[in-house]
Amino acid sequence: MDLSKQTFWGYRRQNGRVGVRNHVIILPVDDLSNAASEAVANNIKGAMALPHPYGRLQFGADLDLHFRTLIGTGSSPNVAGVIVIGIEDGWAKKVADGIAAAGKPVMSYGIELHGDHDTIMRASKMAKCFVQEASALVREQCPIQELWVSTKCGESDTTSGCAGNPSVGNAFDKFYEQGMTLLFGETTEVTGGEQLVAARCRTPQIREQFMAMFNRYQDVVNRHKTSDLSESQPTKGNIAGGLTTIEEKALGNIQKIGKRCLVDGVLDKAEVPTGSGLWFMDSSSAAAEMVTLCAASGFAVHLFPTGQCNVIGNPILPVVKICGNPRSVRTMKEHIDVDVSGLLRREINMDQAGDMVVDMALRTANGRMTNAEVLGHREFVLTRLYESA
Amino acid sequence: MTIHFVVHDEGDSVGVVVVEGVKAGDALTGWIMDQDKTINFKAASDIPIGHKLAIKPLRENDTAIKYGVDIGRVVAPVAEGEHVHVHNLKTKRW
Repeated sequence: MDLSKQTFWGYRRQNGRVGVRNHVIILPVDDLSNAASEAVANNIKGAMALPHPYGRLQFGADLDLHFRTLIGTGSSPNVAGVIVIGIEDGWAKKVADGIAAAGKPVMSYGIELHGDHDTIMRASKMAKCFVQEASALVREQCPIQELWVSTKCGESDTTSGCAGNPSVGNAFDKFYEQGMTLLFGETTEVTGGEQLVAARCRTPQIREQFMAMFNRYQDVVNRHKTSDLSESQPTKGNIAGGLTTIEEKALGNIQKIGKRCLVDGVLDKAEVPTGSGLWFMDSSSAAAEMVTLCAASGFAVHLFPTGQCNVIGNPILPVVKICGNPRSVRTMKEHIDVDVSGLLRREINMDQAGDMVVDMALRTANGRMTNAEVLGHREFVLTRLYESA
Repeated sequence: MTIHFVVHDEGDSVGVVVVEGVKAGDALTGWIMDQDKTINFKAASDIPIGHKLAIKPLRENDTAIKYGVDIGRVVAPVAEGEHVHVHNLKTKRW
Protein backbone atom coordinates (compact mmCIF):
# COMPACT_ATOMS: atom_id res chain seq x y z
CA MET A 1 0.00 0.00 0.00
CA ASP A 2 1.58 3.28 -1.13
CA LEU A 3 0.21 6.03 1.07
CA SER A 4 2.64 8.78 0.05
CA LYS A 5 0.11 10.46 -2.29
CA GLN A 6 -2.94 9.46 -0.25
CA THR A 7 -5.44 12.19 0.59
CA PHE A 8 -8.60 12.50 2.64
CA TRP A 9 -11.51 14.96 2.71
CA GLY A 10 -11.42 17.13 5.79
CA TYR A 11 -12.43 20.50 7.24
CA ARG A 12 -9.52 22.91 7.36
CA ARG A 13 -9.75 25.15 10.43
CA GLN A 14 -8.45 28.65 10.92
CA ASN A 15 -5.40 27.43 12.88
CA GLY A 16 -4.40 25.15 9.98
CA ARG A 17 -5.43 21.87 11.59
CA VAL A 18 -7.72 19.51 9.65
CA GLY A 19 -10.80 17.92 11.19
CA VAL A 20 -12.96 15.06 9.96
CA ARG A 21 -16.16 16.03 11.78
CA ASN A 22 -17.95 19.34 11.98
CA HIS A 23 -19.61 19.42 15.39
CA VAL A 24 -21.08 22.41 17.16
CA ILE A 25 -20.77 21.61 20.85
CA ILE A 26 -22.42 22.99 23.96
CA LEU A 27 -19.72 22.66 26.60
CA PRO A 28 -20.61 22.96 30.31
CA VAL A 29 -17.77 24.19 32.53
CA ASP A 30 -19.31 22.40 35.52
CA ASP A 31 -21.93 19.85 36.56
CA LEU A 32 -24.46 22.61 37.36
CA SER A 33 -24.50 23.76 33.75
CA ASN A 34 -25.38 20.40 32.24
CA ALA A 35 -29.12 21.08 32.30
CA ALA A 36 -28.86 24.37 30.40
CA SER A 37 -26.35 22.86 27.95
CA GLU A 38 -28.62 19.92 27.22
CA ALA A 39 -31.60 22.25 26.79
CA VAL A 40 -29.69 24.28 24.18
CA ALA A 41 -28.72 21.11 22.32
CA ASN A 42 -32.36 20.05 22.45
CA ASN A 43 -33.49 23.38 20.96
CA ILE A 44 -30.95 23.50 18.16
CA LYS A 45 -30.74 20.53 15.82
CA GLY A 46 -27.14 19.80 14.94
CA ALA A 47 -25.75 21.03 18.27
CA MET A 48 -24.46 18.51 20.79
CA ALA A 49 -24.12 18.90 24.58
CA LEU A 50 -21.16 17.33 26.41
CA PRO A 51 -22.42 16.87 29.98
CA HIS A 52 -19.97 15.76 32.69
CA PRO A 53 -19.95 15.60 36.51
CA TYR A 54 -17.05 17.93 37.43
CA GLY A 55 -15.77 21.49 37.52
CA ARG A 56 -16.51 22.67 41.05
CA LEU A 57 -13.94 23.28 43.79
CA GLN A 58 -11.13 21.70 41.84
CA PHE A 59 -7.74 23.30 42.39
CA GLY A 60 -4.08 23.15 41.42
CA ALA A 61 -2.95 20.63 38.82
CA ASP A 62 -6.39 18.97 38.84
CA LEU A 63 -8.06 22.26 37.90
CA ASP A 64 -5.39 22.95 35.27
CA LEU A 65 -6.17 19.57 33.71
CA HIS A 66 -9.90 20.32 33.82
CA PHE A 67 -9.41 23.57 31.89
CA ARG A 68 -6.87 22.00 29.51
CA THR A 69 -9.28 19.20 28.67
CA LEU A 70 -12.26 21.52 28.10
CA ILE A 71 -10.21 23.99 26.05
CA GLY A 72 -8.63 21.12 24.09
CA THR A 73 -12.04 19.65 23.37
CA GLY A 74 -13.37 22.96 22.10
CA SER A 75 -10.20 23.53 20.05
CA SER A 76 -10.36 20.11 18.37
CA PRO A 77 -10.34 20.32 14.58
CA ASN A 78 -13.41 18.06 14.64
CA VAL A 79 -15.33 20.93 16.23
CA ALA A 80 -16.68 23.86 14.17
CA GLY A 81 -18.07 26.05 16.94
CA VAL A 82 -18.50 26.08 20.71
CA ILE A 83 -20.99 27.45 23.24
CA VAL A 84 -19.50 27.42 26.76
CA ILE A 85 -21.90 27.58 29.73
CA GLY A 86 -20.81 27.87 33.38
CA ILE A 87 -22.57 28.64 36.63
CA GLU A 88 -20.60 31.91 36.76
CA ASP A 89 -19.15 33.76 33.83
CA GLY A 90 -15.47 34.03 34.89
CA TRP A 91 -14.46 30.42 34.35
CA ALA A 92 -16.81 30.14 31.35
CA LYS A 93 -14.95 33.06 29.76
CA LYS A 94 -11.57 31.53 30.65
CA VAL A 95 -12.51 28.34 28.75
CA ALA A 96 -13.94 30.34 25.84
CA ASP A 97 -10.79 32.50 25.60
CA GLY A 98 -8.66 29.36 25.40
CA ILE A 99 -10.81 28.01 22.58
CA ALA A 100 -10.84 31.37 20.77
CA ALA A 101 -7.04 31.17 20.59
CA ALA A 102 -7.51 28.28 18.13
CA GLY A 103 -9.45 30.69 15.90
CA LYS A 104 -12.75 28.95 16.62
CA PRO A 105 -16.20 30.59 16.77
CA VAL A 106 -16.98 30.49 20.51
CA MET A 107 -19.28 32.30 22.96
CA SER A 108 -19.58 31.88 26.72
CA TYR A 109 -22.49 32.34 29.12
CA GLY A 110 -22.71 32.47 32.92
CA ILE A 111 -25.96 31.36 34.52
CA GLU A 112 -25.78 33.51 37.68
CA LEU A 113 -27.82 36.77 37.47
CA HIS A 114 -29.73 35.25 34.51
CA GLY A 115 -31.11 31.84 35.46
CA ASP A 116 -31.44 28.83 33.20
CA HIS A 117 -34.28 30.21 31.02
CA ASP A 118 -32.55 33.37 29.89
CA THR A 119 -29.20 31.58 29.49
CA ILE A 120 -30.79 28.86 27.38
CA MET A 121 -32.52 31.44 25.17
CA ARG A 122 -29.39 33.51 24.54
CA ALA A 123 -27.15 30.50 24.05
CA SER A 124 -29.68 28.85 21.71
CA LYS A 125 -29.75 31.92 19.45
CA MET A 126 -25.97 31.83 19.13
CA ALA A 127 -25.89 28.03 18.71
CA LYS A 128 -28.32 28.38 15.81
CA CYS A 129 -25.91 30.77 14.05
CA PHE A 130 -22.94 28.45 14.71
CA VAL A 131 -24.77 25.39 13.34
CA GLN A 132 -25.77 27.19 10.16
CA GLU A 133 -22.25 28.56 9.66
CA ALA A 134 -20.79 25.08 10.24
CA SER A 135 -23.22 23.46 7.81
CA ALA A 136 -22.00 25.79 5.05
CA LEU A 137 -18.38 24.62 5.39
CA VAL A 138 -17.12 22.31 2.64
CA ARG A 139 -14.64 19.47 2.99
CA GLU A 140 -11.41 19.84 1.05
CA GLN A 141 -8.82 17.34 -0.12
CA CYS A 142 -5.91 17.15 2.34
CA PRO A 143 -2.69 15.11 2.37
CA ILE A 144 -2.71 12.12 4.72
CA GLN A 145 0.14 13.74 6.67
CA GLU A 146 -2.43 16.16 8.14
CA LEU A 147 -4.53 13.41 9.70
CA TRP A 148 -3.85 12.89 13.42
CA VAL A 149 -4.58 9.34 14.61
CA SER A 150 -4.66 8.07 18.21
CA THR A 151 -5.01 4.57 19.61
CA LYS A 152 -6.06 2.89 22.82
CA CYS A 153 -7.41 -0.64 23.26
CA GLY A 154 -10.16 -1.84 25.56
CA GLU A 155 -11.85 -4.92 27.01
CA SER A 156 -8.77 -6.67 25.74
CA ASP A 157 -8.41 -10.41 25.71
CA THR A 158 -5.72 -12.67 24.35
CA THR A 159 -6.99 -12.20 20.78
CA SER A 160 -6.19 -8.47 21.15
CA GLY A 161 -2.50 -9.30 21.33
CA CYS A 162 -2.72 -11.78 18.43
CA ALA A 163 -4.94 -9.87 16.04
CA GLY A 164 -6.61 -6.53 16.92
CA ASN A 165 -3.60 -4.74 18.41
CA PRO A 166 -0.93 -5.85 15.90
CA SER A 167 -3.33 -4.90 13.06
CA VAL A 168 -3.36 -1.36 14.46
CA GLY A 169 0.42 -1.63 14.92
CA ASN A 170 0.81 -2.53 11.25
CA ALA A 171 -1.33 0.49 10.30
CA PHE A 172 0.69 2.72 12.68
CA ASP A 173 3.95 1.58 11.02
CA LYS A 174 2.47 2.59 7.64
CA PHE A 175 1.21 5.94 8.97
CA TYR A 176 4.51 6.65 10.73
CA GLU A 177 6.43 6.22 7.46
CA GLN A 178 4.29 9.03 6.02
CA GLY A 179 5.26 11.41 8.81
CA MET A 180 1.81 11.49 10.40
CA THR A 181 1.09 12.52 14.00
CA LEU A 182 0.20 9.51 16.17
CA LEU A 183 -0.59 8.91 19.84
CA PHE A 184 -0.68 6.07 22.34
CA GLY A 185 -0.64 6.00 26.16
CA GLU A 186 -2.18 3.95 29.01
CA THR A 187 0.68 4.24 31.47
CA THR A 188 -0.08 1.35 33.84
CA GLU A 189 -0.93 -0.86 30.92
CA VAL A 190 2.65 -1.10 29.70
CA THR A 191 3.64 -2.71 33.05
CA GLY A 192 5.79 -5.70 32.19
CA GLY A 193 6.63 -4.27 28.77
CA GLU A 194 7.94 -0.87 29.87
CA GLN A 195 11.47 -1.78 28.83
CA LEU A 196 10.22 -2.55 25.31
CA VAL A 197 8.66 0.92 25.06
CA ALA A 198 11.74 2.53 26.62
CA ALA A 199 13.90 0.84 23.99
CA ARG A 200 11.77 2.42 21.27
CA CYS A 201 12.23 5.99 22.55
CA ARG A 202 14.12 8.07 20.00
CA THR A 203 16.53 9.73 22.45
CA PRO A 204 17.85 9.04 25.96
CA GLN A 205 16.05 12.18 27.14
CA ILE A 206 12.67 10.92 25.87
CA ARG A 207 13.42 7.54 27.47
CA GLU A 208 14.04 9.23 30.82
CA GLN A 209 10.82 11.24 30.52
CA PHE A 210 8.86 8.09 29.65
CA MET A 211 10.34 6.10 32.56
CA ALA A 212 9.64 8.98 34.97
CA MET A 213 5.97 8.92 33.92
CA PHE A 214 5.88 5.13 34.20
CA ASN A 215 7.48 5.10 37.66
CA ARG A 216 5.23 7.88 38.94
CA TYR A 217 2.16 5.87 37.97
CA GLN A 218 3.59 2.70 39.56
CA ASP A 219 3.92 4.69 42.78
CA VAL A 220 0.24 5.67 42.57
CA VAL A 221 -0.72 2.00 42.23
CA ASN A 222 1.59 0.90 45.03
CA ARG A 223 0.33 3.64 47.36
CA HIS A 224 -3.36 2.86 46.92
CA LYS A 225 -3.51 -0.83 46.12
CA THR A 226 -5.20 -3.33 48.42
CA SER A 227 -4.44 -6.37 46.23
CA ASP A 228 -2.50 -7.23 43.08
CA LEU A 229 -5.21 -5.23 41.23
CA SER A 230 -6.63 -8.42 39.75
CA GLU A 231 -10.14 -7.62 38.39
CA SER A 232 -9.18 -3.93 38.12
CA GLN A 233 -6.06 -4.19 35.97
CA PRO A 234 -6.47 -6.69 34.28
CA THR A 235 -10.22 -6.05 34.46
CA LYS A 236 -12.77 -8.73 35.20
CA GLY A 237 -13.63 -8.61 31.48
CA ASN A 238 -9.97 -9.10 30.53
CA ILE A 239 -9.78 -12.12 32.83
CA ALA A 240 -13.02 -13.56 31.45
CA GLY A 241 -11.39 -13.17 28.02
CA GLY A 242 -8.37 -15.22 29.11
CA LEU A 243 -5.82 -12.56 30.09
CA THR A 244 -4.19 -13.57 33.38
CA THR A 245 -1.60 -10.97 34.42
CA ILE A 246 -0.85 -7.29 33.81
CA GLU A 247 2.39 -8.33 32.10
CA GLU A 248 0.48 -10.43 29.57
CA LYS A 249 -2.02 -7.63 28.99
CA ALA A 250 0.77 -5.06 28.55
CA LEU A 251 2.64 -7.12 25.99
CA GLY A 252 -0.54 -7.36 23.95
CA ASN A 253 -1.20 -3.65 24.42
CA ILE A 254 2.24 -2.66 23.12
CA GLN A 255 1.55 -4.42 19.81
CA LYS A 256 -0.41 -1.29 18.88
CA ILE A 257 2.77 0.71 18.22
CA GLY A 258 3.87 -1.70 15.55
CA LYS A 259 7.40 -2.85 14.90
CA ARG A 260 9.06 0.21 13.38
CA CYS A 261 7.59 3.35 15.00
CA LEU A 262 9.84 5.21 17.42
CA VAL A 263 8.51 7.22 20.34
CA ASP A 264 9.28 10.81 19.36
CA GLY A 265 8.01 12.52 22.49
CA VAL A 266 5.93 12.31 25.64
CA LEU A 267 2.93 14.39 26.67
CA ASP A 268 1.13 15.10 29.89
CA LYS A 269 -2.65 14.52 29.82
CA ALA A 270 -4.49 16.55 27.15
CA GLU A 271 -1.31 18.27 25.96
CA VAL A 272 -1.07 18.93 22.24
CA PRO A 273 1.86 17.44 20.26
CA THR A 274 4.32 20.01 18.93
CA GLY A 275 5.40 18.00 15.90
CA SER A 276 4.75 14.87 13.88
CA GLY A 277 5.69 11.33 14.89
CA LEU A 278 4.54 8.96 17.62
CA TRP A 279 3.74 10.47 21.02
CA PHE A 280 3.22 8.73 24.37
CA MET A 281 0.66 10.37 26.65
CA ASP A 282 0.81 9.70 30.40
CA SER A 283 -2.79 8.60 30.95
CA SER A 284 -5.25 6.28 32.57
CA SER A 285 -6.01 3.04 30.77
CA ALA A 286 -9.77 3.46 31.31
CA ALA A 287 -11.25 3.67 27.82
CA ALA A 288 -13.48 6.74 28.04
CA GLU A 289 -10.96 8.75 30.08
CA MET A 290 -8.13 8.04 27.68
CA VAL A 291 -10.16 8.64 24.51
CA THR A 292 -11.49 11.92 25.95
CA LEU A 293 -7.84 12.99 26.48
CA CYS A 294 -6.93 11.96 22.90
CA ALA A 295 -9.76 14.15 21.62
CA ALA A 296 -8.62 17.05 23.80
CA SER A 297 -5.07 16.69 22.42
CA GLY A 298 -6.42 17.37 18.94
CA PHE A 299 -6.60 13.88 17.44
CA ALA A 300 -9.12 13.44 14.63
CA VAL A 301 -9.56 9.65 14.26
CA HIS A 302 -9.18 7.01 16.97
CA LEU A 303 -8.32 3.34 16.42
CA PHE A 304 -9.72 1.14 19.19
CA PRO A 305 -8.86 -2.55 19.04
CA THR A 306 -10.91 -4.72 21.37
CA GLY A 307 -11.29 -8.39 22.22
CA GLN A 308 -14.34 -8.83 24.43
CA CYS A 309 -15.75 -5.72 22.70
CA ASN A 310 -15.78 -2.52 24.69
CA VAL A 311 -18.65 -0.45 23.23
CA ILE A 312 -17.09 3.00 23.89
CA GLY A 313 -17.47 6.07 21.71
CA ASN A 314 -16.66 9.76 22.08
CA PRO A 315 -18.75 12.82 21.24
CA ILE A 316 -16.23 14.50 18.92
CA LEU A 317 -13.61 11.84 18.09
CA PRO A 318 -14.79 8.99 15.85
CA VAL A 319 -13.78 5.69 17.46
CA VAL A 320 -13.06 2.85 15.00
CA LYS A 321 -13.42 -0.62 16.58
CA ILE A 322 -11.13 -3.38 15.41
CA CYS A 323 -11.74 -6.90 16.67
CA GLY A 324 -10.13 -10.30 16.16
CA ASN A 325 -12.25 -12.38 18.53
CA PRO A 326 -14.61 -14.50 16.40
CA ARG A 327 -17.09 -14.80 19.26
CA SER A 328 -17.31 -11.02 19.78
CA VAL A 329 -17.58 -10.52 16.02
CA ARG A 330 -20.55 -12.90 16.06
CA THR A 331 -22.30 -11.68 19.21
CA MET A 332 -21.56 -7.91 19.08
CA LYS A 333 -21.38 -7.31 15.35
CA GLU A 334 -23.05 -3.88 15.43
CA HIS A 335 -20.08 -2.42 17.35
CA ILE A 336 -17.22 -3.68 15.20
CA ASP A 337 -16.00 -1.63 12.25
CA VAL A 338 -13.09 -3.85 11.18
CA ASP A 339 -13.23 -7.63 11.60
CA VAL A 340 -9.69 -9.05 11.65
CA SER A 341 -10.67 -12.49 13.01
CA GLY A 342 -9.48 -13.93 9.68
CA LEU A 343 -5.94 -13.52 11.07
CA LEU A 344 -6.62 -16.23 13.65
CA ARG A 345 -7.90 -18.59 10.95
CA ARG A 346 -4.81 -17.81 8.86
CA GLU A 347 -7.07 -16.48 6.11
CA ILE A 348 -5.36 -13.08 6.00
CA ASN A 349 -1.89 -11.95 7.00
CA MET A 350 -0.88 -9.02 9.22
CA ASP A 351 -0.10 -6.76 6.27
CA GLN A 352 -3.61 -7.27 4.88
CA ALA A 353 -5.15 -6.72 8.31
CA GLY A 354 -3.15 -3.47 8.65
CA ASP A 355 -4.40 -2.35 5.23
CA MET A 356 -7.99 -2.98 6.37
CA VAL A 357 -7.38 -0.72 9.37
CA VAL A 358 -5.75 2.00 7.22
CA ASP A 359 -8.67 1.83 4.79
CA MET A 360 -11.27 2.18 7.55
CA ALA A 361 -9.34 5.06 9.16
CA LEU A 362 -9.43 6.91 5.82
CA ARG A 363 -13.09 6.12 5.17
CA THR A 364 -13.86 7.39 8.67
CA ALA A 365 -11.84 10.53 7.98
CA ASN A 366 -13.80 11.05 4.76
CA GLY A 367 -17.05 11.04 6.69
CA ARG A 368 -18.20 7.46 7.16
CA MET A 369 -19.80 7.32 10.61
CA THR A 370 -18.36 4.70 12.93
CA ASN A 371 -20.59 2.17 14.66
CA ALA A 372 -20.07 4.01 17.95
CA GLU A 373 -21.25 7.26 16.35
CA VAL A 374 -24.32 5.68 14.78
CA LEU A 375 -25.19 3.92 18.04
CA GLY A 376 -24.95 7.23 19.94
CA HIS A 377 -21.93 6.48 22.12
CA ARG A 378 -20.75 9.86 23.43
CA GLU A 379 -18.72 9.01 26.50
CA PHE A 380 -17.12 12.27 27.67
CA VAL A 381 -15.14 11.45 30.80
CA LEU A 382 -12.79 13.93 32.42
CA THR A 383 -9.73 12.62 34.25
CA ARG A 384 -9.48 13.71 37.90
CA LEU A 385 -6.14 13.78 39.72
CA TYR A 386 -7.41 14.04 43.33
CA GLU A 387 -10.29 15.16 45.61
CA SER A 388 -11.99 18.52 45.27
CA ALA A 389 -11.32 21.15 47.93
CA MET B 1 -6.72 -26.80 8.12
CA THR B 2 -8.46 -25.45 11.21
CA ILE B 3 -6.24 -23.55 13.64
CA HIS B 4 -7.39 -24.21 17.22
CA PHE B 5 -4.76 -22.19 19.02
CA VAL B 6 -2.01 -19.70 18.21
CA VAL B 7 1.43 -19.23 19.75
CA HIS B 8 3.31 -15.94 19.35
CA ASP B 9 6.85 -17.33 19.49
CA GLU B 10 8.24 -20.87 19.55
CA GLY B 11 10.01 -20.15 22.86
CA ASP B 12 6.65 -19.45 24.56
CA SER B 13 5.24 -21.71 27.26
CA VAL B 14 1.59 -21.04 26.35
CA GLY B 15 -0.70 -20.77 23.35
CA VAL B 16 -4.09 -19.05 22.99
CA VAL B 17 -7.23 -20.99 22.03
CA VAL B 18 -8.96 -19.17 19.15
CA VAL B 19 -11.99 -21.40 18.58
CA GLU B 20 -15.03 -21.98 20.77
CA GLY B 21 -15.83 -25.25 22.50
CA VAL B 22 -12.41 -26.90 23.09
CA LYS B 23 -12.91 -29.97 25.35
CA ALA B 24 -10.42 -32.12 27.26
CA GLY B 25 -9.10 -34.82 24.95
CA ASP B 26 -9.59 -32.82 21.71
CA ALA B 27 -6.72 -33.02 19.22
CA LEU B 28 -5.65 -29.42 18.55
CA THR B 29 -3.58 -27.80 15.82
CA GLY B 30 -1.59 -24.71 16.80
CA TRP B 31 0.03 -22.04 14.63
CA ILE B 32 3.31 -20.51 15.82
CA MET B 33 2.94 -17.05 14.31
CA ASP B 34 6.52 -15.68 14.44
CA GLN B 35 8.08 -18.83 12.94
CA ASP B 36 4.99 -19.68 10.80
CA LYS B 37 4.95 -23.34 11.88
CA THR B 38 2.19 -25.63 13.05
CA ILE B 39 2.23 -27.96 16.06
CA ASN B 40 -0.21 -30.56 17.38
CA PHE B 41 -1.36 -30.95 20.97
CA LYS B 42 -4.04 -32.72 22.94
CA ALA B 43 -6.18 -30.54 25.23
CA ALA B 44 -5.91 -31.72 28.85
CA SER B 45 -8.77 -29.44 30.06
CA ASP B 46 -11.87 -27.75 28.64
CA ILE B 47 -10.53 -24.38 27.50
CA PRO B 48 -12.72 -21.38 26.58
CA ILE B 49 -11.92 -19.28 23.53
CA GLY B 50 -9.18 -16.73 24.30
CA HIS B 51 -7.82 -18.74 27.21
CA LYS B 52 -4.35 -20.27 27.32
CA LEU B 53 -3.07 -23.82 27.21
CA ALA B 54 0.41 -24.89 28.30
CA ILE B 55 2.56 -26.16 25.45
CA LYS B 56 5.34 -27.01 27.92
CA PRO B 57 5.06 -28.59 31.38
CA LEU B 58 5.38 -25.89 34.04
CA ARG B 59 6.46 -26.24 37.67
CA GLU B 60 5.67 -24.04 40.61
CA ASN B 61 7.78 -20.82 40.54
CA ASP B 62 8.59 -21.22 36.86
CA THR B 63 8.29 -18.09 34.73
CA ALA B 64 5.61 -18.31 32.05
CA ILE B 65 6.73 -16.95 28.69
CA LYS B 66 4.51 -15.39 26.01
CA TYR B 67 5.63 -13.11 23.14
CA GLY B 68 9.06 -14.40 24.19
CA VAL B 69 8.70 -12.33 27.40
CA ASP B 70 7.97 -12.97 31.12
CA ILE B 71 4.22 -12.80 31.81
CA GLY B 72 4.25 -13.99 35.43
CA ARG B 73 5.00 -16.68 38.02
CA VAL B 74 3.54 -20.17 37.94
CA VAL B 75 1.90 -20.92 41.32
CA ALA B 76 0.69 -24.50 40.72
CA PRO B 77 2.12 -27.23 38.48
CA VAL B 78 0.69 -27.33 34.94
CA ALA B 79 0.83 -30.28 32.52
CA GLU B 80 1.07 -29.92 28.75
CA GLY B 81 -2.30 -29.11 27.19
CA GLU B 82 -3.75 -27.87 30.48
CA HIS B 83 -5.62 -24.59 31.00
CA VAL B 84 -3.34 -21.78 32.25
CA HIS B 85 -5.09 -18.89 34.00
CA VAL B 86 -5.52 -17.09 37.33
CA HIS B 87 -5.62 -20.43 39.25
CA ASN B 88 -2.03 -21.30 38.34
CA LEU B 89 -0.37 -18.05 37.11
CA LYS B 90 0.13 -14.76 39.00
CA THR B 91 1.67 -11.37 38.23
CA LYS B 92 5.18 -10.59 39.47
CA ARG B 93 4.23 -6.91 39.72
CA TRP B 94 2.06 -5.06 42.19
